[in-house]
Amino acid sequence: MTINWPLEVVKAVLAAVIVFTFLAVIGAMLGVLLERKIGGWIQSRLGPKHVGRQGLLQTVADTIKLLQKEHITPHAADVAIFNTAPLIVAVAGLLDWIVIPFAPGLIVRDLNIGVLFFAAMASLTVVGILAGGFASNNKYALLGGLRSASQMISYELPLAAALIAVAMEAGTLSTVSIVEAQARQGWFVIWQFPAFVIFMIAATAEVNRVPFDLPEAESELVAGYFSEYTGMRFALFQLGEYAEMFAMAALATTLFLGGWKGPILPPLVWFFIKMYAIVFFLMWMRWTYPRLRLDQLLNLSWKLLLPAGLVWILITGYRITF
Amino acid sequence: MGELAAFIILSAIALVSAVVVVTSGNIVRSALSLVPTFLGVTGLYILLQAEFVAGIQVLIYAGAITVLILFVIMLTEGGTGLRVRQVNEQVAAGLLATVVLAGLLIGVFLRTDWPRGPGALPQYTAEAIGRTFLTTAVLIFEVTSLLLLVSLIGAIIVARRER
Amino acid sequence: MLLLDWLYVGVFAVVGLAMAALPLAIVWALAPRFPYPQKRLTYESGVVPFGQAWAQFNVRYYLFSLVFVIFDVEVIYLYPWAIVFQALGKFAFVEMLIFLVILLVGLAYAWRKGALEWA
Repeated sequence: MTINWPLEVVKAVLAAVIVFTFLAVIGAMLGVLLERKIGGWIQSRLGPKHVGRQGLLQTVADTIKLLQKEHITPHAADVAIFNTAPLIVAVAGLLDWIVIPFAPGLIVRDLNIGVLFFAAMASLTVVGILAGGFASNNKYALLGGLRSASQMISYELPLAAALIAVAMEAGTLSTVSIVEAQARQGWFVIWQFPAFVIFMIAATAEVNRVPFDLPEAESELVAGYFSEYTGMRFALFQLGEYAEMFAMAALATTLFLGGWKGPILPPLVWFFIKMYAIVFFLMWMRWTYPRLRLDQLLNLSWKLLLPAGLVWILITGYRITF
Repeated sequence: MGELAAFIILSAIALVSAVVVVTSGNIVRSALSLVPTFLGVTGLYILLQAEFVAGIQVLIYAGAITVLILFVIMLTEGGTGLRVRQVNEQVAAGLLATVVLAGLLIGVFLRTDWPRGPGALPQYTAEAIGRTFLTTAVLIFEVTSLLLLVSLIGAIIVARRER
Repeated sequence: MLLLDWLYVGVFAVVGLAMAALPLAIVWALAPRFPYPQKRLTYESGVVPFGQAWAQFNVRYYLFSLVFVIFDVEVIYLYPWAIVFQALGKFAFVEMLIFLVILLVGLAYAWRKGALEWA
């Protein structure tokens, strides 16, 4: 079977443009709006209501506003790194979506090392954050970047442990095969419930959301590593974070909630229902829980989640082998 | 043909970034240039059909080692402001040594009879690697865990002596 | 096909970079530009900043990233094991058990020696 390379490149470019536009709109814009509406509902107040029907065009307006804000670069900042850091974070968040299966046959590429690839892209984000924190030449930004990076790397390990437990259950690293395995064996949220819990906690910490958003804490570090970022560069950091959060939710539906399987409705609809259910849950947690202190956060990861994850892997292995 | 183009692009990325790593006076820029170098090498692994190795290259090198290096730079006093002078008085001798070494290496490469075996590439998939280190290379695998333990203990001892 | 898969990844990375850089280009074209010294001053809650921007050396950041690298390498061994151990029987499980126990000993050591303390 010969492959027409130029045609494949064109297809890939189109797929990339479609996926990224979808992410930017459904993910970031709708996500930010959802966050504000849900936050308002939980706090017994109205979220944005004026722009468009029920405030739906709020983020569109915000984006247009940000597009014409002045780019302020602090005077001693390293300009090259200052500008590339948000790009790294945004692209890493976007690349994660390559291995997410939306419906049977509707996945960008079913990589053989799907789950490993996801973890690898998540770990690239840390470099972008460190670079951003440093490039601002602002000690609060630097400190925020270091703390954020410490938090993110600490939670990558329990995240990997949860992913490995699921891979063990399914016998494969490919996301599509994991969804199909759940069709045979039942949703992994049941069989791998501890892994699900570990994954949700680690995923929340990986995207720097409350209760793990100390590095961005407004009351302590201004805005952490993006204190000096204004306008669109700030928006790109946010895009990366929201894309990553949605990607984690999408991965959770793929790995634990059976992906696109469901009775009556078409698979794609089921996928989105499940994904948004998890996103809602994440936002709900944000507006409910107080923030954890950094040492509490790190203790939680190293002393509780990581040993628990490794022990769970051994238990699963024992269960499957014997 | 496409593979050759990909090889050239990836090698270019890896080499140019490597040159920046070595010659840049700004140490943070130097450390951050490691990322494209590692990504270029990742691409080369893909060209060798070794996708698992490519995945862990990104995960470990670009994700963990770069972070480690950046942490150390940012935590060293004046480290981030370090402007290292890249050229010293021995440029001529250095250049001569480089040319001689390059000539030697190229000569060796051209004269070696690279075996071109028939058939497919050895399997470098995750399954194949897993099978190998669980069956034929078990001892190496277990010793690796000891090696990791030793590095961990050693590093903690060294780092904590600073207190 | 492997190379095709990863071609998509490569293209996505390039297109992603371009699309992320696009808003920045739009801003560069559209946004006003009135830099004056006070605006470009580093933000330090309204006061004039002092001191160089580096974080006080504290070995704890370094220790965390160090322990992380070691455990990340360990986790890498878990990935292929996870997908083949079922087919290889009890022996594979025991091998990984030994591997993990040795590394859990390492984690316990790090814990006891205070490498995981933030204080």
